[in-house]
Amino acid sequence: MAQAAIELIGINKSFGAVRANRDINLEVARGTIHGIVGENGAGKSTLMSILYGFYQADSGEIHVGGKPVSINTSNDAIALGIGMVHQHFMLVDNFTVLENVILGAENDALLKSSIAKARSELERLEREYGLEVDPDAIIEELPVGLQQRVEILKALYRGAEILILDEPTGVLTPAEADHLFRILKQLKEQGKTVVLITHKLREIMAITDTVSVMRQGTMVATRATKETTVGELAELMVGRRVLLRVEKGQSEAGAIKLSVKNLTVKDSRGVTMVDDVSFDVRGGEIVGIAGVAGNGQSELLEAISGIRHAVSGEVMLEGRPVDLTGKADPGELRDRGLAHVPEDRHHVGLVLAFEENENSILGYHDDERYLKGPFLNVDAIMADAKDKIEKYDIRPGNPRLRTANFSGGNQQKIVLAREMEQDPGVLIVGQPTRGVDVGAIEFIHKRLIAMRDQGKAVLVVSVELDEIRSLSDRILVMFAGRIVGEHGPEATEGELGLLMAGVEHQEAAE
Amino acid sequence: MDSFVAIVQVLDSTIRLSVPLLLACLAGLYSERAGIFDIGLEGKMLVGAFAGAAAASVFHSAFIGLGMAILISVAFAMVHGFASITHRGNQIVSGVAINFVAAGSTIILGQAWFQQGGRTPALQPGERFEAIVWPGADAVRGVPILGPIYSELISGHSILVYFAFAMVPFTWWVLFRTRFGLRMRAVGENPAAVDTAGISVAWLRYRALICTGVLTGVAGAYLSMVQNGGFVKDMTAGKGYIALAALIFAKWKPVNAMFACLLFGFLDALSIRLQGTPLPIVGKVPVQFMQALPYVLTVILLAGFIGKAIPPRAGGVPYVKER
Repeated sequence: MAQAAIELIGINKSFGAVRANRDINLEVARGTIHGIVGENGAGKSTLMSILYGFYQADSGEIHVGGKPVSINTSNDAIALGIGMVHQHFMLVDNFTVLENVILGAENDALLKSSIAKARSELERLEREYGLEVDPDAIIEELPVGLQQRVEILKALYRGAEILILDEPTGVLTPAEADHLFRILKQLKEQGKTVVLITHKLREIMAITDTVSVMRQGTMVATRATKETTVGELAELMVGRRVLLRVEKGQSEAGAIKLSVKNLTVKDSRGVTMVDDVSFDVRGGEIVGIAGVAGNGQSELLEAISGIRHAVSGEVMLEGRPVDLTGKADPGELRDRGLAHVPEDRHHVGLVLAFEENENSILGYHDDERYLKGPFLNVDAIMADAKDKIEKYDIRPGNPRLRTANFSGGNQQKIVLAREMEQDPGVLIVGQPTRGVDVGAIEFIHKRLIAMRDQGKAVLVVSVELDEIRSLSDRILVMFAGRIVGEHGPEATEGELGLLMAGVEHQEAAE
Repeated sequence: MDSFVAIVQVLDSTIRLSVPLLLACLAGLYSERAGIFDIGLEGKMLVGAFAGAAAASVFHSAFIGLGMAILISVAFAMVHGFASITHRGNQIVSGVAINFVAAGSTIILGQAWFQQGGRTPALQPGERFEAIVWPGADAVRGVPILGPIYSELISGHSILVYFAFAMVPFTWWVLFRTRFGLRMRAVGENPAAVDTAGISVAWLRYRALICTGVLTGVAGAYLSMVQNGGFVKDMTAGKGYIALAALIFAKWKPVNAMFACLLFGFLDALSIRLQGTPLPIVGKVPVQFMQALPYVLTVILLAGFIGKAIPPRAGGVPYVKER
């Protein structure tokens, strides 16, 4: 085995009463891609922050390149050749690529020589690793994939030999993620060591050499990737067996509950995002819409839920039309039995600064159950919130806690609990499990299928193909604003992938 | 020719009146670019004015006065930094507190030390900054057009005026051509990026506040030792706030800041000039109207004519390391 690039021995770290890392041992071999998986809050990011000098361990030793070191600041880590690509990019949005690259690594008090050096250095890195990016572009004008590339360049510019990536694909489209993996493989070939933190098991299987699993602050296992399976890793992460594919019976489709006819939607720039889309959703079935992000799914959801103006077409909810001018009253649609779990829970689904119980009735606060005369009936709301917490296993189970303090998966459960418990006839869900842990995914999928079995019409939009295939009774594929194909749940990944890439669509057009 | 002379005179007083605004505006630019809102420019100018005039009159030296003005003003800036950087307090509250402390303490100390109703003694020649007459200024005075421009507009100002205008290109150079400037702009936009790059956010912000303190100190010294022959209570009269308005107007850019301050200075100069003069069509207007004019125009300009002013994104938010 190659010499260890990093060795962590007995690392402990507590935040107040929370023990984020307990007696962690980890060895990362030089020139490999080492994955670290674990659910949100398992302590992966804390561990890497200790390695990058953002926090100091309470106890334990760090060895880099075989020698014991103390890393007290990010500067120490950088000097040891450790670079980090953060989940939320550490870039100055209105600076150029060059300015971001040299920030903190300037030659001297004047910028001129640093900029010249960075420019030639970037050219070299571009040649060696295929990391092309315009050095004079402004960060905020670049797509996220390129912004991430700038983060990688920043680390390489500082001479990083060990690169830590924290949830790098969370913000990327599948194509961008593939490109990132190619870059990482190239880095590995050049002898760099890569540590990849993620909770997406597919990525681990696809790219890593070795994988370590964390659970609740401890390191539970390290495996050679070749010798393990997704099932085993999921089980190690959650601590029990996880159903990656939820079992479900045959659907018994009933009457049409939601009907979309010739719907066309344009975005604010006037670009057609949804192009003449028609489909029906019946009671007792789950219809899944697959597609690469940005092919009109978001706009479709928004138009159906009455938030976005549609240029033409009609949407019938239980036989009555929905106002498509974009001025529909969401409250009225809710009364008519439409529940909507939005794609972006932070901006649309929740008020993060509110307490959990407030979010658990948000939008339904005019309901008589929650009112006492003109005032909110706090007792009823709290009882209702506690009930939902129990039913949906929302953790921590404190309805008074600020919503921002819940993990992503639990925030999603808060939204789902709120919408599902209203007993809607039609449920529209955008990205049901974005940023959600494996254990919670299983739970959410089970609830959605339970809704279906109660005879509700469920429309699911997701960029996760596995999810669509596991949940849907019928799969519609969207590409460039159009529905380009329909398949049953038995469709293979390959078939759907071709449709999602627009291959058949283009051939048909020719 | 008379009207030409009048114009030159108005422009001349425009320069004199813009200088304290410009210095305060650039002072604010340093702190706000580093992500610290500074509503306490007014207070820092005021203590600078008082310290400058008091020290100059006690030690009989304009330069000791200037030094004292800068020292005290920087000290106040550090108090603001201690509250809002080290202790992550609310920057607006801290700034307002500084303004109140400045307004009260200058009057009390002035009365205690000099017993002249809160004023400092009138400064004697040598205790003030005198106008610098450029070579040949008197000789060319008679030359049409260029003469008055050279002798009135360019020559005949105190050293602090030249300093203020020299600070404009200097500040631009610091911001966009030096390491300190790059880091300072970065810390005002995304302090986490600076922190992960291994640079101290707090020390960087403190240094920006030192720059702010130096410039407000000079601005204060200009008020009490150049424009006026001593300190008078509340002599800043809202200039710190107008400077903040000019900073927004200038979109936090140094050269724009100069033009914004010259515009506000011009409006001020015009209002003084036009007092009691009947205007065409409307006739004679009350003095108060003319005095209010710069402020009215400020509101109109700020409301409608500058487009979108995007402040530094981390402005006003104390930096806390995230988990």
